[in-house]
Amino acid sequence: MDSVIQVRDLVKVYSLGEVEVQALRSVSLSVGRGEFVAIMGASGSGKSTFMNILGFLDRPTSGQYLLEGIDGQNLSMDELAEIRNRKIGFVFQGFNLLSRTSALENVELPLVYAGAPTAKRKEMAQRALSEVNLKGREHHHPSQLSGGEQQRVAIARALVNQPSILLADEPTGNLDSKTSVEIMSIFQRLNQEKGITIIMITHEPDIAAFAKRNILFRDGGIVDDHKNSVPAAAASGGGLK
Amino acid sequence: MTRLFASLRIALRALTVNKMRSALTMLGIIIGVGAVIAMIAVGSGAKKRIAEQIASMGSNLLIVMSGSSTSGGLRGGMGTVPTLTVDDAKAIQAEIPGVKYVAPNLGGVAQVIFGNQNWSTIVNGTTPEVLEIRDWPLSSGRPFTQQDVDGAAKVCLLGKTVVENLFGGIDPSGQVIRIKSVPFTVLGVLSSKGQSTWGQDQDDVIFVPLRTAQKRLFGMQFPGMVKQIAVQAREPELMKDVESQINDLLRQRHHIQPAQDNDFNVRNLTEVMASAEQSANVMSLLLGAIASISLIVGGIGIMNIMLVSVTERTREIGIRIAVGAKGNDILFQFLIESLVLSLIGGIIGIGVGVAGTVVLAAFTQWPTLFSTQAILLAFLFSGSVGVFFGFYPARKASLLNPIEALRYE
Repeated sequence: MDSVIQVRDLVKVYSLGEVEVQALRSVSLSVGRGEFVAIMGASGSGKSTFMNILGFLDRPTSGQYLLEGIDGQNLSMDELAEIRNRKIGFVFQGFNLLSRTSALENVELPLVYAGAPTAKRKEMAQRALSEVNLKGREHHHPSQLSGGEQQRVAIARALVNQPSILLADEPTGNLDSKTSVEIMSIFQRLNQEKGITIIMITHEPDIAAFAKRNILFRDGGIVDDHKNSVPAAAASGGGLK
Repeated sequence: MTRLFASLRIALRALTVNKMRSALTMLGIIIGVGAVIAMIAVGSGAKKRIAEQIASMGSNLLIVMSGSSTSGGLRGGMGTVPTLTVDDAKAIQAEIPGVKYVAPNLGGVAQVIFGNQNWSTIVNGTTPEVLEIRDWPLSSGRPFTQQDVDGAAKVCLLGKTVVENLFGGIDPSGQVIRIKSVPFTVLGVLSSKGQSTWGQDQDDVIFVPLRTAQKRLFGMQFPGMVKQIAVQAREPELMKDVESQINDLLRQRHHIQPAQDNDFNVRNLTEVMASAEQSANVMSLLLGAIASISLIVGGIGIMNIMLVSVTERTREIGIRIAVGAKGNDILFQFLIESLVLSLIGGIIGIGVGVAGTVVLAAFTQWPTLFSTQAILLAFLFSGSVGVFFGFYPARKASLLNPIEALRYE
C-alpha cells in the first residue's frame, strides 16, 4: 500500500524550566493512502503532540516524519506553512472559524494564502461547501450557524485545497451525539467516495468505532494498533451505543 | 498581488469591526497632522509677511545717517546734528559705480492743517528718486520733479493715512494744505504700504521737495544739510562693496583722520531684515517641531491599539498560520491595518488643519500660508508614523507560535 505518512522513532521532549517532559517516546507508524485512523488515549498520552507534529505545526526532537516523502525537519517556517496550505487540512474541536466572516470566506481562507485568483477561490469554496451539504448557507456568519454546521464549514475549509491528509483533533468534542454521528457520516463518505486519508483524535470509543483503524496512545507511546474489521456505519442510521 | 489585495480587505474589515476604537486611534493622528499643517501655515505666513515688508522697504537699500559730532567736547547722538550734505549725495551718485539711485532726505515731525482738520505727521524733504528706491507708486496724481526740487516748489505727496485724517472723502489732488503754516499744493497720493517690520505705519508720511524742506521747514539752522541719504545698489551682491566705498568716500570728503570716528553711519537694512527673516524661519521650525511631537504621540496610540488588537486576535492569527499563512502575510495584514489607520487619519487631519488655520486666521488676523509641499509632507509623515509604530505589533503577530495561538482563549 502507498503510504502517506511514515513515522520512525519519533521523540518529542518539552523542557518546562528545569523539568523535562517526554511527550513522545519513540513512536513509529505508517499510514497508507485512503486510511481512516482514529487515535485514542487519555489526556497527556501524547496524542495531541503527535498530531501537531503530523500537521507540521511542531517539530520532533528526534526521529523522522515523512509526509508523502517530504521531511519537514530542515524546512523553514514559511516552507512548512506552504506544505500545511497545500497538503494538510485541519479540523479542530472548537471549530476555529473566523467570526464576523461569512462561511464562504472562511472556506476561502487557505486559497487566499495559496494565492488563488478571486473567481477561482469562490468557485472552489462553493464546491467544498456543497460537499458538506451547506449549499445556501454561504453567506451566514459562524454565529448564525449551529455547532454541527460550523464544524461542517471547518471541514469544507480543510478540504478546499484538496489536501493529502485531513487531521481532525477531537472534531466531535463540542457536539451532541446526534450531530457527532452526522460529522462522522461526512468523514466516512469523504473517505470512501473521495479516498481522502483521515487521521482523527478522539477519546470516545464510540466515535473511534467509525474509523477503519484504531490506535491507542499511553505515556507517549503506541500501546495498541488494530483494524476495525467492520467499522460502524454512520450514514445507515448506525447510532452511538 | 492578490495576496496583498486580500490583506488590504482583511485590514479594512478589521477596522470597521471596532469603529469607535479605530476612530479614537485615528484622532491622535488627525490632531497631529492638523497641528503640523496649522503650525506650518502660521510659520510660512509670518515668513511671507516679512518678505513682503522687505519688498516694501525697497531692495538693496543702504541708509547713510548723519553721525555724532564732537564740538567743544560735547558729543551729540547719532543724527542729532546733520553732518551730510546734498553734495555728499551727489558725490555718492557720481563716484560709486555700483549705485543706482540716491535720495537725500531731511525730515521731521510737523503739524499739518487742511480746512478745520489738523494732523501731526512725518514730513520728508527728498528728491523724486525716493519713489524708485522704495518702489512706491502713486495711487493718484503725479510725483514732483527735479525742477520742483531745484525751484523749491511748495508741492507735496501725501501718504494714505494722512489723506484719511485730513480729507474725509474729498479728493486731495490740487488742494492746498498748510505744513508748519506754509501752504503746499497736493500733487498726488502715495499707494498704501502698510506697517513696517517694527510696527510703524509707513503711510503716515508726507514727501516734499528737498530744497523746500531745507528752506521753509527744517533747514534753517544748518543750511544745505540733510539727515539721511538713501542709497540703492544695482545688485544685492554689490551691497558690501558699495557700503565700504561710501564709507571711504565720505571719510575723505569729511576730512576724517584715520584715528577719528566717522561722523556718519551706513546701515544695511537688508541685513537687518535678513535676520528678521531668519528668526521667522527658526520660529516656524520650532512650531513644526512641537506639532510633530503630537504626531508621534498619535503614533504611539496606534502602536498601543495594534498591540491590544494582536493579543485579542491571537486565535485568529493561529488559524491563519495553521491554514498556510506565512510570516509576511500576517506581518502585512497588521502593517496595512496601521497604515490605513494613519493614512485615513492623515487625510482627515489635513482637512482639520486647513479648517483650523482658516478659523485661527479669522480670529487672530495672523497671516497664514498653505503650501502643497507642507500638506504632502504631513501626509507622508503620518504614513511613515503608521508603518514605524505598526511594525512592532505586526512583527509580534507574525512570530506567534501557531500551537499556542490556537490554544489561546
